[in-house]
Amino acid sequence: MTSSKRLDGRGFEETREIEAKIGIVKRADGSAMFRMGKTVAYAAVYGPRDLYPKFLQNPEKGIMRCNYNMMPFSGQGERVRPGPSRRSREIGMVTEKALSSVVNLDEFKNAVVDVFIEFPQTDAGSRCTGICAAALALADAGITMKDLVAAVAVGKVGDRLAVDLSYEEEALKDPDTTDIPMAFVPSTGEIVLLQMDGIISKDELMEAIELGKNACKKLNEIQVAALKKKFEVDKNE
Amino acid sequence: MSDNHILKNLESGTRFDGRKLLEYRKIEIKFDVSVNAEGAARVILGDTEVLAGVKVEMGTPYPDIPEEGVLMVGAELLPMSNPDFESGPPSIHAIELARVVDRGIRESKCVDFKKLCITPNEKVWTVCLDLVPVNDDGDLLDAFGLAGLAALKTMKFPKVDGDKIDYHEKTSAGIELRNLPIPVTVCKIDKYFIVDPSNEEEPAIEARLTVTSLEDGSLCALQKGGDKPLTSEDISTMVDIAIEKGKELRRVFESATKHR
Repeated sequence: MTSSKRLDGRGFEETREIEAKIGIVKRADGSAMFRMGKTVAYAAVYGPRDLYPKFLQNPEKGIMRCNYNMMPFSGQGERVRPGPSRRSREIGMVTEKALSSVVNLDEFKNAVVDVFIEFPQTDAGSRCTGICAAALALADAGITMKDLVAAVAVGKVGDRLAVDLSYEEEALKDPDTTDIPMAFVPSTGEIVLLQMDGIISKDELMEAIELGKNACKKLNEIQVAALKKKFEVDKNE
Repeated sequence: MSDNHILKNLESGTRFDGRKLLEYRKIEIKFDVSVNAEGAARVILGDTEVLAGVKVEMGTPYPDIPEEGVLMVGAELLPMSNPDFESGPPSIHAIELARVVDRGIRESKCVDFKKLCITPNEKVWTVCLDLVPVNDDGDLLDAFGLAGLAALKTMKFPKVDGDKIDYHEKTSAGIELRNLPIPVTVCKIDKYFIVDPSNEEEPAIEARLTVTSLEDGSLCALQKGGDKPLTSEDISTMVDIAIEKGKELRRVFESATKHR
């Protein structure tokens, strides 16, 4: 792709339409919806709560568990079989690592915080959308955090780097799109998730990371605005 | 809230949330769930929120019914929706919910399975209806029942290209629902009957009866639950309640799906 526009008309550094909403699952201790284009993530946080069986408890620090799950009707193609897959377990694990770097686990020794991330609709970038939602849900649950986490996938589409790939871009062949999901701590710029599928040079990778960092600053503004909105509503009640 | 407290409320004729004994919470049916599903619906029942989605696949028919398509109903009690739900294989509770919704649809014959046949003996549609809660504040079954029907009624088959399904292109063909099997769960606490229990009321339920009724007042599926027995008088009263409430839910369903 050498044109100046992307398949859906976006600029190369432009994300899809973003929407964030706090408090979508009343029973949860914290919850949020985060939407990037047609990818919608719901995240619900329960805890800190008791962890059983007891041998799993850690007296040194709390435990956070992240569960990534696509609803059976959420995918672009065939029905997604319910239950964990190798893919969903790996994504749950990297999500956990991304978020645990900002969560103060020392505050809930022996206990667990469970983060459930569910997708009613997906269109590429689901792990990043899920991380953005989960960070908001943790904040909504009042878990002590040093910052939020924002995530985006940057890719090499044709010969151009592009931010926040759509499914259509991700699926392109000849050359295959390179997909680099990444997550940042917005205040420090630290990288807490980095994966890649595809071929890229080191220079391009470093450039992609800068693009991702900038995009995540914008995502973070939307996250913060959503949290503030919830806070203001509470004040009026 | 203790069972005693709930009972005291029932004696006064008003539940703790201000509802009458046989009053449903506000019901909303929306269709903003998933553009990737062939059909999908969201049902909001007070603070209970559930999603239903339809995906279709092509498969071979069962040998004993070579000219009929297949319907599969599944329910997954997502741990997101209730702190007591755990990840893992479907609990018996989830299996019951899916089977009772399935039974209503199947036995009402609202879906013409012959119309789900593509090539007799060879190729039929497999219609997968999946039900999930987003927030469980009680009465999942009745919410699943409405959501499942709404998803089926508004679904559109994808385009077929030889042996392959083009999931990105929907046709105008859907599933005609010849009837509307509406499940209503009537619950008994002491000598009182209630519908649409909230999550706080559910533990106090001694017995429940889900009655799936059709427009003409006939019944197409039943499921008794709970630990306590019911008398035949109880059943008679509960069926009457379910048919009456079924009419109410049917009106809500029809006005929500009319322009879809």
